[in-house]
Amino acid sequence: MTSELDIFVGNTTLIDEDVYRLWLDGYSVTDAVALRVRSGILEQTGATAAVLQSDTMDHYRTFHMLERLLHAPPKLLHQLIFQIPPSRQALLIERYYAFDEAFVREVLGKKLSKGTKKDLDDISTKTGITLKSCRRQFDNFKRVFKVVEEMRGSLVDNIQQHFLLSDRLARDYAAIVFFANNRFETGKKKLQYLSFGDFAFCAELMIQNWTLGAVDSQMDDMDMDLDKEFLQDLKELKVLVADKDLLDLHKSLVCTALRGKLGVFSEMEANFKNLSRGLVNVAAKLTHNKDVRDLFVDLVEKFVEPCRSDHWPLSDVRFFLNQYSASVHSLDGFRLECGGTIWAHCNLHLPGSSNSPASAFQVAGTTSVHHHAQQFFCIFSRYRVSPCWSGWSRTPDLR
Amino acid sequence: MPGKLKVKIVAGRHLPVMDRASDLTDAFVEVKFGNTTFKTDVYLKSLNPQWNSEWFKFEVDDEDLQDEPLQITVLDHDTYSANDAIGKVYIDIDPLLYSEAATVISGWFPIYDTIHGIRGEINVVVKVDLFNDLNRFRQSSCGVKFFCTTSIPKCYRAVIIHGFVEELVVNEDPEYQWIDRIRTPRASNEARQRLISLMSGELQRKIGLKVLEMRGNAVVGYLQCFDLEGESGLVVRAIGTACTLDKLSSPAAFLPACNSPSKEMKEIPFNEDPNPNTHSSGPSTPLKNQTYSFSPSKSYSRQSSSSDTDLSLTPKTAPYPQGPRIYLCPSSPSLSCGSLHLKKSCLLLSESSLTPHHSSLVSPVLRKSVSFSEELFLAASGMGSGSAGKEGGPFKALLRQQTQSALEQREFPFFTLTAFPPGFLVHVGGVVSARSVKLLDRIHNPDEPETRDAWWAEIRQEIKSHAKALGCHAVVGYSESTSICEEVCILSASGTAAVLNPRFLQDGTVEGCLEQRLEENLSTRCGFCHIPYDELNMPFPAHLTYCYNCRKQKVPDVLFTTIDLPTDATVIGKGCLIQARLCRLKKKAQAEANATAISNLLPFMEYEVHTQLMNKLKLKGMNALFGLRIQITVGENMLMGLASATGVYLAALPTPGGIQIAGKTPNDGSYEQHISHMQKKINDTIAKNKELYEINPPEISEEIIGSPIPEPRQRSRLLRSQSESSDEVTELDLSHGKKDAFVLEIDDTDAMEDVHSLLTDVPPPSGFYSCNTEIMPGINNWTSEIQMFTSVRVIRLSSLNLTNQALNKNFNDLCENLLKSLYFKLRSMIPCCLCHVNFTVSLPEDELIQVTVTAVAITFDKNQALQTTKTPVEKSLQRASTDNEELLQFPLELCSDSLHSHPFPPVKEHLESASSNSGIPAAQRAVTVEKASPVGDGNFRNRSAPPCANSTVGVVKMTPLSFIPGAKITKYLGIINMFFIRETTSLREEGGVSGFLHAFIAEVFAMVRAHVAALGGNAVVSYIMKQCVFMENPNKNQAQCLINVSGDAVVFVRESDLEVVSSQQPTTNCQSSCTEGEVTT
Repeated sequence: MTSELDIFVGNTTLIDEDVYRLWLDGYSVTDAVALRVRSGILEQTGATAAVLQSDTMDHYRTFHMLERLLHAPPKLLHQLIFQIPPSRQALLIERYYAFDEAFVREVLGKKLSKGTKKDLDDISTKTGITLKSCRRQFDNFKRVFKVVEEMRGSLVDNIQQHFLLSDRLARDYAAIVFFANNRFETGKKKLQYLSFGDFAFCAELMIQNWTLGAVDSQMDDMDMDLDKEFLQDLKELKVLVADKDLLDLHKSLVCTALRGKLGVFSEMEANFKNLSRGLVNVAAKLTHNKDVRDLFVDLVEKFVEPCRSDHWPLSDVRFFLNQYSASVHSLDGFRLECGGTIWAHCNLHLPGSSNSPASAFQVAGTTSVHHHAQQFFCIFSRYRVSPCWSGWSRTPDLR
Repeated sequence: MPGKLKVKIVAGRHLPVMDRASDLTDAFVEVKFGNTTFKTDVYLKSLNPQWNSEWFKFEVDDEDLQDEPLQITVLDHDTYSANDAIGKVYIDIDPLLYSEAATVISGWFPIYDTIHGIRGEINVVVKVDLFNDLNRFRQSSCGVKFFCTTSIPKCYRAVIIHGFVEELVVNEDPEYQWIDRIRTPRASNEARQRLISLMSGELQRKIGLKVLEMRGNAVVGYLQCFDLEGESGLVVRAIGTACTLDKLSSPAAFLPACNSPSKEMKEIPFNEDPNPNTHSSGPSTPLKNQTYSFSPSKSYSRQSSSSDTDLSLTPKTAPYPQGPRIYLCPSSPSLSCGSLHLKKSCLLLSESSLTPHHSSLVSPVLRKSVSFSEELFLAASGMGSGSAGKEGGPFKALLRQQTQSALEQREFPFFTLTAFPPGFLVHVGGVVSARSVKLLDRIHNPDEPETRDAWWAEIRQEIKSHAKALGCHAVVGYSESTSICEEVCILSASGTAAVLNPRFLQDGTVEGCLEQRLEENLSTRCGFCHIPYDELNMPFPAHLTYCYNCRKQKVPDVLFTTIDLPTDATVIGKGCLIQARLCRLKKKAQAEANATAISNLLPFMEYEVHTQLMNKLKLKGMNALFGLRIQITVGENMLMGLASATGVYLAALPTPGGIQIAGKTPNDGSYEQHISHMQKKINDTIAKNKELYEINPPEISEEIIGSPIPEPRQRSRLLRSQSESSDEVTELDLSHGKKDAFVLEIDDTDAMEDVHSLLTDVPPPSGFYSCNTEIMPGINNWTSEIQMFTSVRVIRLSSLNLTNQALNKNFNDLCENLLKSLYFKLRSMIPCCLCHVNFTVSLPEDELIQVTVTAVAITFDKNQALQTTKTPVEKSLQRASTDNEELLQFPLELCSDSLHSHPFPPVKEHLESASSNSGIPAAQRAVTVEKASPVGDGNFRNRSAPPCANSTVGVVKMTPLSFIPGAKITKYLGIINMFFIRETTSLREEGGVSGFLHAFIAEVFAMVRAHVAALGGNAVVSYIMKQCVFMENPNKNQAQCLINVSGDAVVFVRESDLEVVSSQQPTTNCQSSCTEGEVTT
C-alpha cells in the first residue's frame, strides 16, 4: 500500500509555526520529520511517524504555494486563495524575511549579484546554514534591493510599505540595502569582530546624516546614496591636522578637558596627533569611491587599532571622542575657515548617555563631522566585549 | 421580456503577465449572457487594469435568467495573433431572482482558467431588474427559494411541508463528443463547465415549477448530483423537499405553530381529516400471519404484493425491457449459508434485534434486492386499524389514517430533511434502502430521459414499499446516490421509515387540531423510538422491550436511522463516529456478466457492513445509530462498502448486551485460552468505551423490565456457520432484558481477523470527539471557532496482496490513518469535535482507492459541559477576554509556541484562555464579522499605513453544518452550486498529484468564498463537496480533476454583537466587511 496522494485543505489555512521554521531553515521533508520526531512530538500527541510525515508534507506544500505570494507581501493580503487571519499573515511575512546574523554578516556590503549567489555554497558550509535558507535570504535581500533601489522617500518607509515588515526588520533591511548599494567592505579579517547589529547601527546613522535624503527631507531624494557634497566638504577638515597651530591648540583643549578623567591619559596625549590625523584623513579621503568602500577598514586601522594597542577602556574612548569633537568649537581658526557651519550645533550626545540615539540626532540637526566621530566611537566601543556594551548598543528599537 | 440583467466590469488585479517582452498585459473583458456578448475597452499595459465600464444591459426571459450563467472572460489583446484567454468567471445570477435574497452581486472574483487555475481577480457588479410575470403557463420559477440545508432554515418557519420533488436532465457529455478530438483541452473543459452550469440552472427551474404547482415557495434539503456516465452521457439530477416557508420577523422567535385553541380539542378527532378514511381498510389487509413465514417461496409470491393496495404500483415498476434485468436468484444455495434471509428481496436495515425466532433465521435484518421484480416481500405489513388497536388505541389508528391519507396523495412520501420541527416526527421505523445495478446505455433522446427516470422511480417505489412494511407511511432523511464504473452503475437510495405528524403536511386550516392529544403521546420525548409497526406483525424479527423512558410503549433494542438526532431525544453520554469498512474483490468482466457479478455480491456486502456496524455499536456500548450513510462503490475489480454513522446511547432503548465469543472447537485448550483472552479484551474495550463516552445509564430495577434471568438459549447468533442453536423458537418474549449478548463465532481465520479489526479501531485522542451528524450528541457548549476542511487520500494497492483480507486491512488502515492525521492536524483546537464527518470512497483506477473527507472541527468548552445558555454576566466576561486577546494578538501568537510544545495536555484547566491561546483558535477568533480588529497587525504597520494594507479580504466561513456556533444566521442569500474542472499537462512542475489537487481544492474554496462575499454574505452553511473526481496519467505528466460543491450563502451575526446592536440592521455589519474588498484599488 503506497500513498499516492495525501492532502489536507482547510478553509482557514493551517500554519504550524514549528514546521514553518523548519521550512524556512531549508530542511528537506525527511530532515524536518526527523527533527520533529526528536522534539518529542510523537510522545505528546500519540501520533505515528507516518502521520507526522504526511502533516509535514502538507505544510511544506502549503508554504511552497505561499512562497510566491510572500515575494510580494501586499499580494498575500489581497489574494483570495488562502484564508489566513491578519496576525498570521504578518507572522508569515515577518518570519519569511527574517535572516540569520551569520549569513548576513557574510554578504553585507557585497554586490547582490549572480556572482555572489554562486558563492552561497561556500557561505553555507562556513556558517552551517542550509543552502536553501541562504538562497532564500539572499533572494530576499536582492528583491528588497531591487524594489526600493530607484524609489524616492525614506528607505525604511519604502521597505515597510512594500514588504509589510515590522519596524525593526525594515530598519535592518534598510541597512543591508544601504551597505549593498555603497559596497562597504565588511569582510576583512580585521572587521570580523563586528556584528551585523553594529553595522546596522552605523548604517542607520549614515542614512540619517550622510545621505541626500538627510540634507533635506522635503526633497524627493534617495536614502541610498551618500551625499557627495557632504563628502566633499569633509575635505576641509584637513586643516585640523595640516595646520600645526590648530592641531596643537586642539590637542591642548582636549587634554585640558580630559586631564584626570582618562585612565589612559598619557597614551592619549602621546598619540593625539596620530589619532587626530587618522580620523581626519579617513574623512578627507571619502571623495573616492574606493575609499568609501574601505571606510570601516580604515577606521579600524587608523583609530581603533591604536586605541586597542594602548588598552583604552570603553569609557575613555567615549570621553575622548566627545571632547575631541566638542573642542573644535572653540578653535578660532577652524571656525573661520569652515564658516563655522560644520561644527555649529555640535552638541554631541552619545548613545551611551541617557539620551537615546534618536534624540541625539535631533539635537545635532545639520550634518556634521561629529557623527563621524560617533561613528568611530561606536565601532571602537564594540571591540571591547565588556559588560556595558550590550547595555547601550542594544537599544530596544534597534534589535 | 421579464428581466434586465445589468453588468459592470470595474477593475482587475494581480493579472498574469501575458506579454513576456514588457512583463505586462493588455487586458479586456468579454461579458456574455445567452447569445449576447459585450466587450470592454482594452486596458493597455497593466496588471491591475481599471476598466470602469459602462453598464452592459441584457434583456432576457426569466427562463434564461434561471438557466444561463453569466459568463465573464478576461482576455489579453494581441494585435497580430489571436487574443489569449486569461480566464473566466461564471456567475450564477439565481440569488438575484428572489426578493429576500441578495439584491446585488458585487465583488472580486478569482479569474479561473481550467489549465492554469486562478489568475488574478476581477471586480464585477451585477444587478437584475425583474418584471413580474403572472402568466400561469410560464416556464420559469423565479422566486422559489432553494436551500441545501436539510432542516428548516434558521430564520424561517415551516407552514407546510409539501413533500418530495425530483427532476433530472440529461445531455451528451462534451468530453465525449466528436468535436473533442479537435478542440483544445481548455475549450473542452469550458464547454463542460458551461453545460453543467446550464443544466443545473435548468434543473433548478424545473424543480421550482414543480414546487409552484404544489403551491410551495421553497425547496429545502436540495441535493443536486452529477452522474458522469461517460459515453452514455451526463445526467444532472436533483431531489428536495418542497415547503411553504414563512420568514420569521424576529429571528429569536422560532416557535412551532402549536398553539391550538383548546376548543378545537373537543372536536378531535373527526374534523381534521380532509380525505376521510378512504384508505383505512386498504392497509389493514390481515396478512399478518404471512409475515412470519419466512420460507422463501412464500415471500416471493407476487400474490402477496397484489394485496397491498396502497402500494399503488405504477406500470413503471414492471420489468423494463431496455434495462438489463438482474435477478437475484431467490433459491441460490450459495446465499443460504447461515442467513437465509439474504435472499429476501428487500432490505430492511432497521432496528434489528438479532434474536432468532426461527431456526433458519439467524440474523433477521438484512434483506436486499437488486431488482424490482421481486419487490415485496412484506406486502402485508398490516398496519391497519385492526392491529393498531393493540397499543395506541383508536387514537393511533386515526392518526395513522389521517397522515396516511395526507401522504398518499403524493407519489413518494419522501423527505430529504434530516432534522425536523419539534413534534413532526412521531415514530421512526428504521433504515430502508434499496440498490439497483444497471447497465448504462446511450441516452438517445436527451429531452425524454425516460430510462433514467424509470430507474429512479423503481428504486423509490421499492423504498416506499419497504417503509410500508415497517408500518411507516413516510421516509425521512432520504437521499440518493450512484456509483459508476465503466458501463455499470449502482443506483442507491436510502432513508428512514417514519410516521409523521400530519400537522405540517396539510394546509394550515387544520393546523394544530390533534395537538393536545399528540402532546400527551409525544411529550415523553421518547415517542420517536417507539415502534411504528405492530408487534405481532413485525416485518422482521425484532426484539422488543418496553420503553425505558415511559414504560408504556414498545421499543426495539437497537435503532438505525439516517436522520440527525432529534433535539428532544434523551441521550446518555456522548456519541461517536462509527464506521464499517469493507472491500470485496470481483472478477473483471464485461457488461451483463459484470452487472450480475456485482449484484450477486451486493447482498453480502450489505450484510457484512451491517454486521460490522452492529458489532462496533455494541463494542461502544451504545444502542442507536444516527446519520447512517452506506456507500457502495464499484470499481473495475472490487467493490467497496463504507458505512458511517454516529452511535449514541438513547435512554429510551434497552442497554445493549455485550459481545460474546464462541470458539468452534471447544476442546482445544490453547484455543480456549485464546478465546477467553479475546473475550477479556472485548469486555475491557466495552468498559473503556463506556467510560470514554460517559455512558452510565441509571440502573433500572429489574422488575419493571422483566425477568432478569439470562437465558443463554436466547442469545442471538450471528456470523458465519450454520447456527447450531436451532433450539426453541419462542414467541417473542421480553424476558431476557439487557443480559442479551451478541455472539461472535470464531471458526476460521477470517472471523479472527474480523474480531481483530473490531479491536483495532483506535478511539480519538483525548479532547477529540467525532460524529457525522450535525452536532455531537452530548455536547452543547460550542464555542465559536470552526475550521472546515477537506482531506483527500489516494493509495495504490500492490497487486500482489489482493485478497479480501489484505484489501480490508488496507482500506481500514487508510481510513484510520486519515482520521489520525486529522486529529493530529487539528490538535491545537482541543477540546474540539469533528462534526459532519463525511467520507466518500471512489475507485478511480484498478489499484487505486481514493477517500475524500470533508468535516468541520468545532471547539467546545469543556468546563461548561451541561450549560446550554450562559448568563449575561458570563458572556460579557467572555467578550471582555476576547477583546483582550485581540489586543494581544501578536504576543499571544508568539507565546502559543510554548503551548505547541505540549499540545495534548490531557485536561485543560483554564477555561477560556487555555483553549483560545493556542494557535489557530486565537487567530480565528480575530477574524469575525467585526473585521478582525486590525490591532494585531497594527503593530507592524503603524508607521507605513499604505492605502491598501489595511483593507484585507473579508472573511468567509464555511461549514457543512446548517448553523454557525455562537452566531445567528440573519439572512439566506441563495444557493451556491459550483462545478469546476482543472486540468494540467505539467503535473510534475505543479508539485505532483498532491500539489495539483491541493492547489485546486484551495482554489475551489477561494471561488466559493468570493461568490459568497460578492453576494454580501459572510458564511456558507450546509457546504458539501458532492463530487471530487480525480484522474491522473503520470506517464503523460497529466491530471484532471472535477469538483462539484454546493451550500447556502448566508449572513450571520455573532450572538455577542446581536445583543449590542440589536436595534441596528444586522446585515449592514456584514455588508461593510464584504464590500471593503472593493474599496481597494
